[in-house]
Amino acid sequence: MRRKGHALAGMSTIAWKEAADHFSSARFHFVMLLVILTAFGSVYGAIGEIKNTIGQDPFLFLRLLTTAKDPVPSFVAFLGFLLPLVSIALAFDSVNGEYSRRTMSRILAQPIYRDALLFGKFLGGMIVLALCLLTLWLLMTGLGILTLGLPPSGPEIARGLAFLVACLAYAGVWLAMALLFSTIFRQAATSALAALALWLVFAIFWGMIAHALTIALAPIDPTNPMTLVNAVEMQSALARISPNTLFSETAQALLNPQTRALGLVFMDQMEGAIPGAPLPFSQSALLIWPQLSGMVAAMLLIFTGAYVTFQRQEVRA
Amino acid sequence: MSAPVVEAQGLTKRYGSTVAVNGLDLRIEAGEVFGLLGPNGSGKTTTILMLLGLTEPSSGTVRVFGHDPLRDPLAVKREVGYMPDAVGFYDQLTARENLRYIAKLSGIPENEREARIEQALIRVRLSKVADRRVKTFSRGMRQRLGLAELVAKGSRLAILDEPTSGLDPQSTQELLQLISSFAGEGMTVILSSHLLSMVQSVCDRVALFREGKAGLIGTVPDIAGKVLGGICIIDLEAEGADPEKVVAPIPGVRRVTRRKNGAVQIDADGDLRPEISRAIVAAGGSLKSLSMSQSSLDDVYVRYFEGEENREMADAA
Repeated sequence: MRRKGHALAGMSTIAWKEAADHFSSARFHFVMLLVILTAFGSVYGAIGEIKNTIGQDPFLFLRLLTTAKDPVPSFVAFLGFLLPLVSIALAFDSVNGEYSRRTMSRILAQPIYRDALLFGKFLGGMIVLALCLLTLWLLMTGLGILTLGLPPSGPEIARGLAFLVACLAYAGVWLAMALLFSTIFRQAATSALAALALWLVFAIFWGMIAHALTIALAPIDPTNPMTLVNAVEMQSALARISPNTLFSETAQALLNPQTRALGLVFMDQMEGAIPGAPLPFSQSALLIWPQLSGMVAAMLLIFTGAYVTFQRQEVRA
Repeated sequence: MSAPVVEAQGLTKRYGSTVAVNGLDLRIEAGEVFGLLGPNGSGKTTTILMLLGLTEPSSGTVRVFGHDPLRDPLAVKREVGYMPDAVGFYDQLTARENLRYIAKLSGIPENEREARIEQALIRVRLSKVADRRVKTFSRGMRQRLGLAELVAKGSRLAILDEPTSGLDPQSTQELLQLISSFAGEGMTVILSSHLLSMVQSVCDRVALFREGKAGLIGTVPDIAGKVLGGICIIDLEAEGADPEKVVAPIPGVRRVTRRKNGAVQIDADGDLRPEISRAIVAAGGSLKSLSMSQSSLDDVYVRYFEGEENREMADAA
């Protein structure tokens, strides 16, 4: 049956209202404060390290983001860990919150489709994430200019922007995930806990799980070197189920131009390569293309799950 | 005669094996105040959600202003304002901001928006607190804000689900006056309630819901006549004569029951007051009071659902 009227009428109204709500919510301020503090901490540590090697490196600005000074992890590692938390904080109660505030039936009684509500909520979260990431990126670049006394080069800006896009895709995966949980569970606390549990699994335990699964699924036979290759490939394939792995690989290839491959490399593939020579940006982009599309695909898939769940839900007040 | 505002035929909604609404036929004309009356769980809210297209009927058809709420929900929702049971608002926003959000969603042109919101707020006497957060509002103020939303939206049909539940008598009175005044201006109103006195005071016609069926539809006197079977209830207070003995032989008297306060209730086929008074005086008694009680909806209600319980007991036996 075909329905009349535009499915997304009213979407932008909802998106901007959601974004405005986020920007004024204490919860969001708290999480962003955490992110900004860790960002400053890690970049400050990185500056101390970089000053020792200044003059030997053509990609100082990228080093700012990837250098870790023990015990503080690098900015990129922090982002990989904290971005999901920001996304979860934005979306874990976005649908069930409407039910518990008893606003859902009133909103859906307006001349809009449900599609517009869910798309608007997702888009509102993405607007907030995009603005925050952009701000963070500009802050870090500014900090770099101040402390290093150099402007970033063209390729560095291109890589930085590509990294920004990757961050957004990664945060989008978790935003969609939190949105899905908020449609499945009627209690905001349940959906927050479910999302946080999944976050911990992927951020901390997934490496161990992938390792254990590899041992079980692809046992290594010491007499057959091919089993070793299979095991390594199996492990990286399993690890890539986690969006966190996809993100850290993307960050690695984009921010370390020397990265030539994200998996196994054989000696014959290295023939003619100059060790340590940076790749041009286009080649790095090509390298992370599967990872990036993987994240975007995961985001769309999870959002579709939320969409289907939401469309089938009963709207009792 | 103009086309009906709401027309439902054989409307049925099943949740699994339970039938929430069972073959409902309804026709509501423009300018009417129509009451959906019944105990909790009798299918009132489900009916309302089907009128709005928020729930899909299992079978049967609905037309609201000639539109099918399933096929063309936006056209229906543009004309219809809905105030759910225990209406919820965004607590962190002010009354005006809440209305503005709804006004944007319902597609009111920008140049009219603020003026219409202001008028609506004045109309429900909330203009003084328009810029206070809804968090601070009392239950009665929230309900009035719900009505303001319908006014601002310019709804031609207002559907109010339990609008006075949980309100104190004064707020209830205020709300009912507002609702009546809307009806006076040509708005069609459907309201659901289990409060009989309220329905009786504002509704032109009433549908009595029982187990998902509109058992009786009509004006209050009509329904009273049908349920009570044309019986008049006469209250008698007399001294010096035993009313039970004197009155019982009068033709047309069906039942004489003594009340706790000494008065006697007489169920009769018609207005037998002259005969009763003559009989009392003839028996040497003195008449203290004799009145015919208006059959109120309360009696109808109690009798109607009493009948149901009796039948249930008979079924069980």
